[in-house]
Amino acid sequence: MRRFEYHRAETLEEASRLLTDLGDDSFLFAGGTDLLVEIRERLRRVRNVIDVKQIPGLSDITYDETRGLTFGALVTVGRLERLPLVRQRYPNLRAAFASLGSIQVRNRATVVGNICRASPSADTIPPLIADGAFVHIYSRTNMRVIPLAEFFTGPGKSVLAKGEIVTGITVPPAGDNTGKAYIKHGRRKAMELSTVGVAVSLTMEDGVCNDIRIALGAVGATVLRAPEAEAMLRGTTLDAVTVKSAADKAMEECTPISNVRASADYRRDMVGVLTGRAIKQALEAFA
Amino acid sequence: MKRIVELTINGEPRDMAVETCRSLLDALRDDVGLTGTKKGCDVGDCGACTVLVDGEPVNACLMLAVEAEGRSVETIEGLQPGVDTLHPLQDAFMRHGASQCGFCTPGILMMAKKLLDDNPRPTDEDIRFGLSGNICRCTGYTKIFDAIKSAAREMEAARS
Repeated sequence: MRRFEYHRAETLEEASRLLTDLGDDSFLFAGGTDLLVEIRERLRRVRNVIDVKQIPGLSDITYDETRGLTFGALVTVGRLERLPLVRQRYPNLRAAFASLGSIQVRNRATVVGNICRASPSADTIPPLIADGAFVHIYSRTNMRVIPLAEFFTGPGKSVLAKGEIVTGITVPPAGDNTGKAYIKHGRRKAMELSTVGVAVSLTMEDGVCNDIRIALGAVGATVLRAPEAEAMLRGTTLDAVTVKSAADKAMEECTPISNVRASADYRRDMVGVLTGRAIKQALEAFA
Repeated sequence: MKRIVELTINGEPRDMAVETCRSLLDALRDDVGLTGTKKGCDVGDCGACTVLVDGEPVNACLMLAVEAEGRSVETIEGLQPGVDTLHPLQDAFMRHGASQCGFCTPGILMMAKKLLDDNPRPTDEDIRFGLSGNICRCTGYTKIFDAIKSAAREMEAARS
């Protein structure tokens, strides 16, 4: 493997200081399932790797009915995937987690790592954005909590300033009147990167949809919301005709590119198909 | 820079002096001399390097050796219960001809062991999901599935 310096941080402050002091080619190392591949395939120039796995307090998972689900930066995708609470209350997250890499990869990869990598096709991001998740950010001077939807600024880019560290994610509680879905579309069932990923989280009251969020993966520079499609659906019974026109609107709202996995046209078509399908799947919670 | 890493490999406490940028896979193969764990893709796609770390299957190529400090690592060399005895999975793989070139076999055996430890009566779908991170380019998987189901039955019979 290409050589790099390995540092082990014991506290957030130390990790943050190392990030600032060691310069631009320094990266935090948690699961490492992306970083080590990027080093080996020379996709990223890495001089310093800062292992954060010894930092206490980043491995917790908590849930309560008012704050929701909170998990730390070291919590692996596999641990969350196997959690009964996630299976029961967040089927959208469960679908995303179970579709990321392989079991072996998920036993190492962290959800926060998948988020910080800021890939437009990352599987964990659409359902977390549709659920209105928040990101906890450590800084030596100014800690902050921001909506995940405001975290990304481009492919591989986020609002994180030098020395800032994501410490965890909070997902709002999953109420009884909520329906959630995430549908990943790829060329095969396993070990696949998304061609398109669509997440829908909605709430129903007396048969009427009073809130819905649609998040679209791999069809823009970042994971996108479809605000106009959402507006068309709020206040309706989510009947087939309205869902169809909203799905058409979502196709207009996305900005896909053509690459090795699919053409832009195909991706746009799939946004239409999968948006309708994901709404239908989310509504199965009320059946 | 080298570090001394204290860990347990197949039940035995070991010290390894390893470069900090060395993968667990390279350390196992080149520093410890356990070459049963194979290097296929070296980027976490093929599963040939699957080992169990504290009981959980991981790609040894995607882990640094220094991260194994204090951990318990199980490799294919530790699968057989005794010098002259095979694990039921190994025995079933031989009887069913479940390996051709054999390169993927150590990783698949480690993954299958974990699968049967957690789920003694897996369905075809359970096996398919459990092995989705292990690629075999020779067999078409049919004989691997047959062997795993056969081993599951034999392990169940031995327990009762």
